[in-house]
Amino acid sequence: MIKFENVTKAYPDGTIAVDGLNLEAPTGKLTILVGPSGCGKTTSLRMINRLIEPTSGTIYLDDQPTSGMDAALLRRRIGYVIQHAGLFPHRTIVDNIATMPLLLGESPKKAKMRALELMERVGLPASFEKRYPWQLSGGQQQRVGVARALAADPAFMLMDEPFSAVDPVVRAQLQDEFLRLQREIGKTIIMVTHDIDEALKLGDQVAVMRVGGHLAQMATPSELLTAPADDFVADFVGRDRGYRSLGFTDSSGAVDIREEAFVQLGAPAEEARSKTSGSWVLVVDGNRKPLGWAQPERIAVEVRREDLNLSGTSASSAGTMRQLLDAALSSPSRRGVVVNSSGELLGTVTATDVIKAIEAEPHLETAR
Amino acid sequence: MNYLFDPAHWTGADGIPTLLGEHLLYSMIALGIAAILAIPLGIYIGVTGKGVFMIAGLANALRALPSVGLLILLVLLISPAFPSKMGYILPSLIVLVLLAVPPILTNTYAGVRAVDAAAVDAARGMGFRTMKILTDVQLPCSLPLMLSGVRSALLQIISTATIAAYISLGGLGRLLIDGKAQNDFSQMVAGAVLVALLALFFDQLLAFITRRVVSPGLTRRTFKSVTSPSDAPLIPAAA
Repeated sequence: MIKFENVTKAYPDGTIAVDGLNLEAPTGKLTILVGPSGCGKTTSLRMINRLIEPTSGTIYLDDQPTSGMDAALLRRRIGYVIQHAGLFPHRTIVDNIATMPLLLGESPKKAKMRALELMERVGLPASFEKRYPWQLSGGQQQRVGVARALAADPAFMLMDEPFSAVDPVVRAQLQDEFLRLQREIGKTIIMVTHDIDEALKLGDQVAVMRVGGHLAQMATPSELLTAPADDFVADFVGRDRGYRSLGFTDSSGAVDIREEAFVQLGAPAEEARSKTSGSWVLVVDGNRKPLGWAQPERIAVEVRREDLNLSGTSASSAGTMRQLLDAALSSPSRRGVVVNSSGELLGTVTATDVIKAIEAEPHLETAR
Repeated sequence: MNYLFDPAHWTGADGIPTLLGEHLLYSMIALGIAAILAIPLGIYIGVTGKGVFMIAGLANALRALPSVGLLILLVLLISPAFPSKMGYILPSLIVLVLLAVPPILTNTYAGVRAVDAAAVDAARGMGFRTMKILTDVQLPCSLPLMLSGVRSALLQIISTATIAAYISLGGLGRLLIDGKAQNDFSQMVAGAVLVALLALFFDQLLAFITRRVVSPGLTRRTFKSVTSPSDAPLIPAAA
């Protein structure tokens, strides 16, 4: 557990970065500090490992006040991940990851073994061992950054905008993998981000901070969406929050999935026409995986890839209401494709079906 | 060129080996002193950010130094205080050191400044103490720029050390000055060629050392080129 008790950071010029912060990050959970720039979230994070010293107040690490500890020894107990990874450019990937075990007095051989183990854990190929940071992409570097922070198996982790320097596709991938990793390792993590979507996606609990270093609200992601404490939080959480809160509502079993006629890619035009209800027909591959929608009257001889409309998303049957609704709304036929966990077609739902399910159960169980 | 190949010129107190030796001795002493002064100062300014004005002001002013003029001035000031040859050696060394300090100082400073701030932050955040951050991160990362400063300082020293001959000290400058006095062009050419060769040799030597000690992670070379065969002939001694 990491606990802030009345922590204030004031600078000599009178700027108050953090003002009387009280906050508790429970053991084994991921707590996110989120807010606009200048809200003191990074300052708060850096006060935990004393890269910045608080002006007043106390921060506790498992009930021990950090102020009495040797700063360097304190930091060695806490994994630290930063925005641009901050890898040592002159050291190989394996040496970068072995940094912490070596610092803590592990033998070089053991440190290296540990580093190789972590490379695998964060999804880096073993062939990267002898490479240097410049030879890796931003996303790969950040994986190394996470591996380096985990190498000494610290109980706590601080992460400062760890995924914000990579492109959106890689970011989403890193976030998903990190969630999976955290489920296995259960570290006590405090992460800073300015991205509310990232906060809602990753956080067990989210602390929204406002400019001047005040805590505006501390809540679970779905609470933030459904019960923002004030105008600031409501505004910061943003538009579409009604829709987005559906992202925390489990959809399994809530909506009846209708059977949908489909044709395989390469099927003759006549078959496609005979199976069409309305003007669109669903096209799948040989493994029943949905590929897209086609309009049979436009098909010349057989269903080809060029005939497919790819705008529709597909929802997993064990997903959220948001995925179901989005699948229905994005589909050209207005029928949202639902697949099972291995990606095979189960059927379709309409937006009306989903809305009915939402209205029928005003207090739907949240997915988390 | 004939001068170089005349065996008579390769022996004795005025022979080429002696002059070469003297030239090297002055150069190395001056480089050593300059490095001892400029590297720690550059590191200090780079790490703390204190005294940056010295880099801009002093270092650049020193670059514009008229070396011969300063040498003669220093001889006039210093030589009366020393009875021996020291009164001439000291001014020569001072001039050479003053020439070598700016490139080493500015490059060391720039090298330390250029170290990725995120890497330093990460090191501190992981629990490195200040000295370990310096030795494990800041110094290795600033090495390429620092060594390139040393390299240009050394080139400047080797070529400028010829002026020591002006005040009747040895070194390869003797060939130039004596040659001029005697209208012996062959001797002057020999002097010029020898200085140029010496400078080239040390430039390549330092380039080789740089490749050896600087991590390929910084120079962005792939590892193989470190031992590329083209480097081999330059280092019979280092092997």
